Amino acid sequence: MNDSAKLAGQTAPLGANGETEQWELRLYIAGQTPKSVAAFANLKRLCEEHLPGRYKIEVIDLMQHPQLAAGDQIVAIPTLVRKLPEPLRRIVGDLSNTERTLVGLQLRPAKPGK
Amino acid sequence: MAKAANHRTPANPGLAKAPTGIQGLDEITGGGLPRGRPTLVCGSAGCGKTLLAMEFLVRGATQFGEPGVFMSFEETAEELTQNVRSLGFDLDELAQQKKLAIDFVRVERNEIEETGEYDLEGLFVRLNHAIDSIGAKRVVLDTIEALFSGLSNNAILRGELRRLFRWLKDKGVTAVITGERGDGTLTRHGLEEYVSDCVILLDHRVMDQMSTRRLRIVKYRGTTHETNEYPFLIDADGISVLPVTSLGLQHTASAERISSGIPRLDAMLGGEGFYRSSTVLMSGTAGSGKTSIAAHFAAAACARGERCLYFAFEESPGQILRNMRSIGIDLEPWVKKGLLHFHASRAAIHGLEMHLATIHKLVREFQPRVVVMDPVGSLTSVGTRQDANVMLTRLIDFLKMQGITALLTSLTSGDEALEQTVVNVSTLVDTWLLLRDLELDGERNRVMYVLKSRGMAHSNQLREFLLTDQGVELQNVYLGAEGVLTGSARQTREATEKAARLLRHQEVEAKQRERVLKREAQEARIIALQKEFEAEEEVAKRDIDQEQSREETNRQDRDRMGISRQGDKVLKDAEPLARSHETARSRK
Repeated sequence: MNDSAKLAGQTAPLGANGETEQWELRLYIAGQTPKSVAAFANLKRLCEEHLPGRYKIEVIDLMQHPQLAAGDQIVAIPTLVRKLPEPLRRIVGDLSNTERTLVGLQLRPAKPGK
Repeated sequence: MAKAANHRTPANPGLAKAPTGIQGLDEITGGGLPRGRPTLVCGSAGCGKTLLAMEFLVRGATQFGEPGVFMSFEETAEELTQNVRSLGFDLDELAQQKKLAIDFVRVERNEIEETGEYDLEGLFVRLNHAIDSIGAKRVVLDTIEALFSGLSNNAILRGELRRLFRWLKDKGVTAVITGERGDGTLTRHGLEEYVSDCVILLDHRVMDQMSTRRLRIVKYRGTTHETNEYPFLIDADGISVLPVTSLGLQHTASAERISSGIPRLDAMLGGEGFYRSSTVLMSGTAGSGKTSIAAHFAAAACARGERCLYFAFEESPGQILRNMRSIGIDLEPWVKKGLLHFHASRAAIHGLEMHLATIHKLVREFQPRVVVMDPVGSLTSVGTRQDANVMLTRLIDFLKMQGITALLTSLTSGDEALEQTVVNVSTLVDTWLLLRDLELDGERNRVMYVLKSRGMAHSNQLREFLLTDQGVELQNVYLGAEGVLTGSARQTREATEKAARLLRHQEVEAKQRERVLKREAQEARIIALQKEFEAEEEVAKRDIDQEQSREETNRQDRDRMGISRQGDKVLKDAEPLARSHETARSRK
């Protein structure tokens, strides 16, 4: 896994909700722990599924850049930060709970919804 | 000197301690917090946890050369900086000098979604980074329990906290972790479970509408520590904890004597005044002149060049200065010279402990040789009598240890026995002056007497005193049938005595005059007699002369007849007779 893995699709087709906005995601990890690896894998899968072509993932390893932790108020590891679209969201954990991850990213209304 | 005595060396020299630099805290912990270990500071909201932690860091950075990291979970760096600026701590400057690092950790539950396994490595990374960036030796986590409200997985949190405290120990930093007081537990989330080396409990109690902050060392592993609750106060210089001065009677007794400021009162006290570093109580009814005598005492101390600290609980400094000027005691020059310092505050503004702490602080700062507390009894309005008693005991001990002579005044209300003070401190004081009003013949007059004075032959007399333009003046003693005469009775007596004296004086003078006259008469008579005698003598002499001349004439006649009868014998006899006649005449 690279420091910064960009998987972008600039002119992707519209999503189900007709959204065209770009997604900027930042995943904070601290070394190659199983949790980090799992988190990245889960994130990538979800993005491909729900945001094909309009997302950007930046992985920050705090072991190498500890000074970056304060900026995004990182306490727990791994933490996924949704920089865009606003508002900022934080999702902690290895993202193994897909349902909660989608809720956290606001890709899906919290439970059955409308 | 006294401070060194209080400052006990740690009982266990093996346990290294990090001094906090907080006034009094190092004394009761026997040197500071356990070095290289975490200490839990817990207490309810607003009891001063954050401040204590901050002061620990700032003092560490400025006084002991130990940089510190403040990890705040509640306030931002800006807020913290502002909050402690009033205490004279400039966090920005310390941060620039790399002596202090503040990291604000915000954990908002509504911004966070938990999706599976995680740990708090992020926190560790931040802390580690902050510590390494300035080489910190001290760390504060304030209040780490905020994590519990931000993250829901308690199992993970607890495990991680345990790991964090372990990690802090391994890192070798002296840490202070604050925690909110819980229901029946020291902290809401049971932090005491993890931090077990030293636990300090802060308390902010309100009793009878008086709030008092107290501090207690709940536990301190591996060392002896004081176990009592200690009052502490937060003021412009940060926290100061008030260690109960060791109530061991160890103070040395001075043989030096100092004047009370009133010469005749000194005379009553064995002729030399009070003992230095003794405690003097002056009790009396309202308006009996306590403050005036206290002012004399203060002025005398200043005149000797000693510093005097005057605690006024009922009057403002301005009022005291004005009132004392009216009886000829000008304290203002001493105030200007910095020898006299007034500390005026209503007794009711603080709790007793706070007063005690304030007094301690002021005494330490001002270093007076003489302290006046006027009146000490008003402190009872703050706490119960028992509390006030305990406080005064502490205070008196503290002052004695410092070698300070203390004058306490106490108001006795009319319905109480005079020999009972509002606060029962009579056994604690060395000298007790009692002032009272004597009501007699429709007037009130002030009298004083020395009820007791340890270690000196003191007067047993009841003395009247007046407040004159020259201050307090003790009057002469006149005893009447009803005891000591005061006021008009004394003045009447004085007048009578004066009249009697005058009369006696006049009598003596009259006698003297008579004597002179007599002598003069006598002398006159002697002269008269002499004259009479002389006159008589003259008459006698004249008679004799006449007699003689007649005899002469007779003889001459006879001679003449003889001549006429026997001519040749005349010349022989006539010569000597003529000569003797001549001598008698010249003798006259």
